[in-house]
Amino acid sequence: MALKDLPREEYVLQGNAACPGCPATMALRTVLKALGKKTIMVVPACCTAVIQSLYPSCSFDVPVMNIAFEACAAGASGIRAALDQQGKKDHTVLAWAGDGGTYDIGLQALSGALERQTDFIYICYNNQIYSNTGIQRSGATPMGAWTTTTVTGKLEFRKEMSEIIRAHHLPYAAQASASQPQDLYDKVAKAKKIKGPRYIEILAPCPPGWRFSMDKTVEMGDLAIDTGAWALFESIDDKVVFNGKSKRILEGKIERKPIEEWMKYQGRFRHLFIPKRDEERIKAAQDHADAMWKRYQNEFL
Amino acid sequence: MTVMIDTGNYIAAKAAVMARPEVVAAYPITPQTTLVEGIANYVAKGEYKGSYICVESEHSAMTACIGASEAGSRTFTATSSHGLLLMHEMLHWAALARLPIVMCNINRVIGPGWNIWSDQNDSISQRDTGWMQIYCSSNQEIFDTIIQSFRLVEDKKIVLPIMINYDAFILSHTSMPADIPSQEEIDDFLPPLKPAWKLDCENPIAHGTIIGTEYYEKLRFAMHDAQEHAKELIPKIAKDWEKRFNRHHGDLLELYRCEDAEYILVSMAAIGAESKVAINHLRDEGINIGLARLRTLRPFPSEAIRKLAKNAEIIVIDRNISIGSEGVMFNEIKAALYQYVDTKVTGFIAGLGGKDVPYWDIEKMCKKAIEGKAKHQVWFGFEEVQ
Repeated sequence: MALKDLPREEYVLQGNAACPGCPATMALRTVLKALGKKTIMVVPACCTAVIQSLYPSCSFDVPVMNIAFEACAAGASGIRAALDQQGKKDHTVLAWAGDGGTYDIGLQALSGALERQTDFIYICYNNQIYSNTGIQRSGATPMGAWTTTTVTGKLEFRKEMSEIIRAHHLPYAAQASASQPQDLYDKVAKAKKIKGPRYIEILAPCPPGWRFSMDKTVEMGDLAIDTGAWALFESIDDKVVFNGKSKRILEGKIERKPIEEWMKYQGRFRHLFIPKRDEERIKAAQDHADAMWKRYQNEFL
Repeated sequence: MTVMIDTGNYIAAKAAVMARPEVVAAYPITPQTTLVEGIANYVAKGEYKGSYICVESEHSAMTACIGASEAGSRTFTATSSHGLLLMHEMLHWAALARLPIVMCNINRVIGPGWNIWSDQNDSISQRDTGWMQIYCSSNQEIFDTIIQSFRLVEDKKIVLPIMINYDAFILSHTSMPADIPSQEEIDDFLPPLKPAWKLDCENPIAHGTIIGTEYYEKLRFAMHDAQEHAKELIPKIAKDWEKRFNRHHGDLLELYRCEDAEYILVSMAAIGAESKVAINHLRDEGINIGLARLRTLRPFPSEAIRKLAKNAEIIVIDRNISIGSEGVMFNEIKAALYQYVDTKVTGFIAGLGGKDVPYWDIEKMCKKAIEGKAKHQVWFGFEEVQ
């Protein structure tokens, strides 16, 4: 859908407590436009618990259940069961969690809810760190990135969450980017029409966490796609279809930019470039991206 | 009314289903398993029409109950021992969120080493979560307490979760007869849940957002106030039940032969039932002793215990231990009496790890206390090494 045609209704209201340039807030605004009024949100410990604002105010115009860090999908299961019993089958249950609450501490509850075929949409807004607690490493943090718990850069590569999700064989799964609101809207709108467990992951470039200027959120998201650090795709009943620039990269119609074109604008990778280029780790990051795209091409082309 | 002769767990499953919860979420653990299997059988037979979520952990069981309860549905779950401990974070959450969840906990030993017998340290260690806690001593009491508990927790002045505890195997896997009222009678006693608030798209609220200290302290105060109110409501509901079904298991305490007693034995759960036999024998020997079987650990019946202690010495048997301190009932009874009543209180630790506590041992403990041969607190059977 064209940007100008997105619904005018706003469910993320003005006056919230997000940082300037926050990708989670941008993405949530789009997501709730696609889901509409009959949505109940579940939010575990994550930035969105703060973005909502302090009691007694709230900046979201849908009901929200805040829940413990690891418990988002299980809480959504309970809400879904109650709504079904009450005959409210037209309501959407939206579990909205960060990457820490999804890749790490919340993985068990998420896997359980997916396996039970829970009729809900789980969205992970992935800023590749524990951002709400002040920038610590998560299973989604890329190799080489500085965080407050990986002071010299993370040693390990990030977990490939999409492969874990695909092992659950969902009716709908997708990757999107906060920098591509039309694509995000279309994916959420499509997911809304499907029954059963649905999973969408949104890359959410975090200005304070990734150490870039707050007006560059969209650029950082788009560069991630251009360099292949992130890919846009959908999986419908196990059939994976790439879209946008990621599709053209997959088909070899455009070249992936070198991964360092994305990394070098982020302060969290600064030590890989200044005072001296760390050729070994930059190459390792590139090799990792290349291997991922090779897998994509083998499996999905 | 029909008579059902069955184990504590199957009778609990019957009660849970007859209370018509819209959502049950549970995870299996010995010795709770036959309870959740019982509910699964009612699902298979079409007798239970609610949602039964077979979650992947107890943490998720409690979380799913929280979600269902916040969405305005009546919810039930059951667990035991390590399952209860895994729920710990969400037990606090359910209570602070003020949700009327009913849960059975079958008291079982905590490992290591692995042991599945009766021991109260699982529920005792959840004492400060804000949940009300009731301990049962018969299968009939389990049935009656489950139904009564839904009415208690759903009362607008309470709206707190409750944990109904009973002994592993001694009750959970032992058949006893229980009178089962008709579904119509249960429905008349327990009307459908009218939640005080819920997640509602027509009236969106955010529940559990960040709050400042000034509000938070009020939340805690309101929880405490609700439990204080439950001290009055538990007897009222029990009285209504008695009027309808001619059965009464006691209020916060069940008093047995306490009139003009010079000694009061306080025990709970299955040891409480066994204690009645001991009391009869001791009375036969001319000892003026009565039993106060503690039913509710939370709210704690401080006032009722003070009243009993005015003219009697207190003997306490705990099937739990706060390591480094004392048996928890013993400890709390003394705290309740302090500055109100000056009487002797003797405590015994007995039956940990499921060790049998027969009536003759209870008699020995009582005599030891009465004859002044017991120290302040005694580990029964460990006197030689103490």
